[in-house]
Amino acid sequence: MATHAAASDPSNRRYFVPAPSAWPFMLTVALGTILYSVSMYLEERHPGPIPFVLGGALFFYIVFTWFRGVATESETGQYSAQVDRTYRLGMSWFIFSEVMFFAAFFGALYYARELSVPWLSGEGSRVLTNEVLWPAFENIWPTNGPAAIGGDFKTISPWHLPLINTLLLLTSSVTITFAHHALKEGHRRATILWMWATIALGAVFLYFQASEYIEAYHELNLTLNSGIYGSTFFMLTGFHGMHVTLGTIMMISVTGRLMSGHFKPESHFGFEGVAWYWHFVDVVWVGLFIFVYIL
Amino acid sequence: MAKTHDHSHAHGHDHAHDHDDHHHGPDKGVMRWIKTTNHKDLGTLYLWFSFIMFFIGGLMSLVIRAELYAPGMQFIDPEFYNQMITLHALVMIFGGVMPGFVGLANWMVPMMIGCSDLALPRVNNWGFWILPFAFTMLLSTLFLPGGGPAGGWTLYPPLVLQGGASFPLTIFAIHMLGISSITGAINVVVTIMNMRAPGMTLLKMPLFVWTWLITAYLLIAVMPVLAGAVTMLLTDKYFGTSFFNAAGGGDPVMFEHIFWFFGHPEVYIMILPAFGIVSTIIPTFARKQLFGYDSMVYAVASIAFLSFIVWAHHMFTVGIPLAGELFFMFSTMLIAVPTGVKVFNWLATMWRGSMTFETPMLFAIGFVFLFTIGGFSGIMLALAPVDFQYHNSYFVVAHFHYVLVPGAIFSIIAAIYYWIPKWTGVMYDERLGKIHFWLSAIFINVTFFPQHFVGLAGMPRRIPDYAVQFTDFNVISTWGAFLYFIAQFIMIYNFLRCAIWRKGMVPATSQVWEGAHGLEWTVPSPAPYHTFEDPPHVGDEPAAAH
Repeated sequence: MATHAAASDPSNRRYFVPAPSAWPFMLTVALGTILYSVSMYLEERHPGPIPFVLGGALFFYIVFTWFRGVATESETGQYSAQVDRTYRLGMSWFIFSEVMFFAAFFGALYYARELSVPWLSGEGSRVLTNEVLWPAFENIWPTNGPAAIGGDFKTISPWHLPLINTLLLLTSSVTITFAHHALKEGHRRATILWMWATIALGAVFLYFQASEYIEAYHELNLTLNSGIYGSTFFMLTGFHGMHVTLGTIMMISVTGRLMSGHFKPESHFGFEGVAWYWHFVDVVWVGLFIFVYIL
Repeated sequence: MAKTHDHSHAHGHDHAHDHDDHHHGPDKGVMRWIKTTNHKDLGTLYLWFSFIMFFIGGLMSLVIRAELYAPGMQFIDPEFYNQMITLHALVMIFGGVMPGFVGLANWMVPMMIGCSDLALPRVNNWGFWILPFAFTMLLSTLFLPGGGPAGGWTLYPPLVLQGGASFPLTIFAIHMLGISSITGAINVVVTIMNMRAPGMTLLKMPLFVWTWLITAYLLIAVMPVLAGAVTMLLTDKYFGTSFFNAAGGGDPVMFEHIFWFFGHPEVYIMILPAFGIVSTIIPTFARKQLFGYDSMVYAVASIAFLSFIVWAHHMFTVGIPLAGELFFMFSTMLIAVPTGVKVFNWLATMWRGSMTFETPMLFAIGFVFLFTIGGFSGIMLALAPVDFQYHNSYFVVAHFHYVLVPGAIFSIIAAIYYWIPKWTGVMYDERLGKIHFWLSAIFINVTFFPQHFVGLAGMPRRIPDYAVQFTDFNVISTWGAFLYFIAQFIMIYNFLRCAIWRKGMVPATSQVWEGAHGLEWTVPSPAPYHTFEDPPHVGDEPAAAH
């Protein structure tokens, strides 16, 4: 991902076209195996754990091998400045696609709050919907709907763990920026320390998020089954948590690369791509904190 | 399709730099295709895959048309009929049309902008190989108890949630197709933004490249939204969420909104590259520059923008507020403006040109006429009060088949006729090509034109039985469909002659078409395995898409 732009005249270098590779095909085999066994499991056709475990192992092995291969290609100076731009653009567009994925779930949240719940309570031209189908249902949020699916529940106060989590993630965006500045100034030890600090903040965030889920399930009766509130709450925060997990793994991996001497002050896109991703999960969290927890 | 050169292009040897010198020529045997990172190999794979899917989806359509040959139930039971209409759509859209265009992009975008390959060749391989796995998963559902998905390709809840064992496989197949589309689209965008040869400024790019740039942007923007929508279906069915359940405060109509926020841009994903192909072919055979190149680019960009704010015209009858009906009606009709710009530009390009009518040109002109018919019926459907009558009738079926078959598919066929001499180094059989065009153009109209009438008269879509007064037009439609299908074997034979049974075929020059412009015509036919490893310099002549 990093380049040796300075090592040779970049304008004279051919674009890096990799040799034929079995990684993508094997990754697809792994993905197909995982999804097929999960499908069978969901339909109670008892596939047993073996295909899932084998597919998962192959998946992680290929992902690891592929990224290690890219890191090696980068560190051996095979990437020109043009390849570096490719990775920058590719990562930007990938993050854009992730934004749109979250947009679907945020859209569901806004739709429920602004349209479907008011309509169920008889707003606008929907008087009869309310009178005939769901009498006495009122437009309040949070709600688990007119049938009170999942039973009574309480919500998580934004001003305890979620506030702490907000501060943790915002701080981690600062620490990873410190790491980036240290890397650009050539202070490798400081970079590594700031990275571990960022990883620790991410890990603590995940720990708090997990304990929040446990509290929700065991004490508040707030579950995935708690109507539209539970659905949007757990799907939004859950997908965000998965992205934080992925981001933390990515940070551990670039920190490992930093410790084995990868990256240079002037070229380190592998690092920057992870930092961009981390800022992205941070921004999503701010959206969650405002629209899911506070409002 | 591609017969690629075997002789080694040992470029790396004369190059002192630090490249690994792995990529001489193609490997041998099946591993070449599994491991390839070459855009031409992958383009060929995409196009063959698209061919196979068109064949499977076509067979499904014949099952549908056979059942509709007469009122009452003929050959299959209604459940299987529902599976056929659902899978026909999914196979044709995600397996036929989209991979067909991606295959063309793989082959042509690097050759048109003067670069050695797509920007991320391994990711490109991944994007392709996901497809056979995803479709194996999807089609394997036919052999499960309860059969394949039967709720229609739009997957509306609550109906789709009542499906059997096919449900999770369908959802995961769509997830995989989404990964394939997103990775492929990122690759195309990055290639076009980063890999253009020196001098290839944005407004010199061939229109096929422009349309694909905008298509890829649409794909990155909406495929994740589809992934989100089907994920909500999955959790609604298996994990107790209430996104589409009114009892829990959700709304089944919400699915339709999210789905069509994806679905309408998806419609343009399937037609914008076709615009690019037609804008490339018509100037070649009219021997004139494309009329209004810049306005073509801006029109495509406008259509792409508008595609994000028209989705609810698919839902006029579902009970959206009046303000919504009006907004989506007017925004939809606005699309006629940039589309009209395009059609008039194509006509103006042909005006007083010295035209010849080789097969690609015939298909391109057929596209302009027949796609426009689909556009007109689209304007009728855009009118909310009128749509109340047309909705879910065969009129809608006629409308979208006019834009998809003689629209998108004709353009793919035109593109293959146009570029196959460049890919294989031999000319296709022109006489067979012309016969193929005329049979296709006639039978596609025999198939779909009567569907306008039965639709307006009240025949609903997605129902295996109908009232007796619709019989005559349905008989005509079924005859058209079978004859259209048979006519495609002429094309398959013609292309196989180019790709495999090449004995006696006429070699193609590197120019191929007298009036063609663009970088792809500067390399030999067949195009070498690697082209433009050292980017060419593009001069100051006007835009490449003349």
